[in-house]
Amino acid sequence: MDESRPIFVQIAEQIENDIIGGSLPEESQVPSTNEFAAFHRINPATAGKGVNLLVDDGVLYKKRGIGMFVATGARERLVAKRRDQFQNEYVKPLVTEAGKLGISESQLVEMIRREGTE
Amino acid sequence: MSAVIEVEHLTKRFRSVVAVDDVSFGIEENTITGLLGRNGAGKTTVMQLLTGQDFATHGDIRVFGERPVENRQVLQRVSFIKESQKYPDDFKPKHVFRTAPWFFPHWDAELAERLIDDFRLPLNRRIKKLSRGQLSAVGVIVGLASRAAVTFFDEPYLGLDAVARQIFYDRLLEDYAEHPRTIVLSTHLIDEVSNLLEHVIVIDQGRILLDADAESLRGSATTVVGTRALVDSFVAGREVLHREGIGGLASVTVGRLDPAERREAGELGLELAPVSLQQLVVQKTGASTGIEQNA
Repeated sequence: MDESRPIFVQIAEQIENDIIGGSLPEESQVPSTNEFAAFHRINPATAGKGVNLLVDDGVLYKKRGIGMFVATGARERLVAKRRDQFQNEYVKPLVTEAGKLGISESQLVEMIRREGTE
Repeated sequence: MSAVIEVEHLTKRFRSVVAVDDVSFGIEENTITGLLGRNGAGKTTVMQLLTGQDFATHGDIRVFGERPVENRQVLQRVSFIKESQKYPDDFKPKHVFRTAPWFFPHWDAELAERLIDDFRLPLNRRIKKLSRGQLSAVGVIVGLASRAAVTFFDEPYLGLDAVARQIFYDRLLEDYAEHPRTIVLSTHLIDEVSNLLEHVIVIDQGRILLDADAESLRGSATTVVGTRALVDSFVAGREVLHREGIGGLASVTVGRLDPAERREAGELGLELAPVSLQQLVVQKTGASTGIEQNA
């Protein structure tokens, strides 16, 4: 767990990652709050907060008396959201750092292309 | 949620020493609260007052809405595990676990059995002959298996090794999840328990320094590291919680930074390091002692 951010946000992100990565397919059941708490050794209320964040976003939904499930269409929406974040969190700092090191735009494109073909 | 413990203007004086100095706070039902602070800060005194083992000099304490002192209604729903629990001289752990159900109506003998196995506690040895860690294990087992509506653990694991402490944390979380109840835990091993806590109260010299949600404290402070001039200009106008430096480098702890500020720091070439709950408490309660801090 990363110390600088609230744990419940990190729990939510981890569930999102599992949905994007396919290990939690749509309409599958997600582990219970208590299972998350025991696994990560965190307070169950904190784990619950993370799960509820995703319920509010419509990524998960509750089946009464059974548990939490991944909503249909959740993966697509999450990928779209993450693409926006990608621009801010990866591309922007990349361009900034490249500028600092005197890497030109065409050099940068070339470097990215080289990574892609490896 | 409702407060199961309410304390108003509580003061406890021992002759000329003010151990608890006009504190007010509440503890919500079914939460795990950390009571943190240095030695002699007043943690144990607060717990003794809350469990009716001592009289307040001033102020009001309500547990389940009632005063705890000599109040059976309150006390039979409270379990208090003290660091220095005394037992009769010839008592063995098996006697402790046999008598505990007399005092705790919700005693779970099965859970106790399991914990005895987990901690590999010798049942038939005199309490006096137990190691410090084994003695702590007796307390931890009583605290968990008593399953009281309110359980106080005061430094419950002196001498417990790392494996045993992990067992304690795991069993606590597990049992708390199945049987929600109010738990108040005082400890010096803040890093180990910080993820278990829902609420944090920090006491220093009998006063409350901090009373907040554990989650809201995460990321509430950040250490900025870089060359002195750069760091100084970045933190200018901010409240500085802690500062140290070596040569031309400075490491300054400030409050919460928003994403734009974090980006700005990154662009300036400054390094940002999160401040753990333990570091935060050390900085708040050890302000002028110049304690080395690992970022």
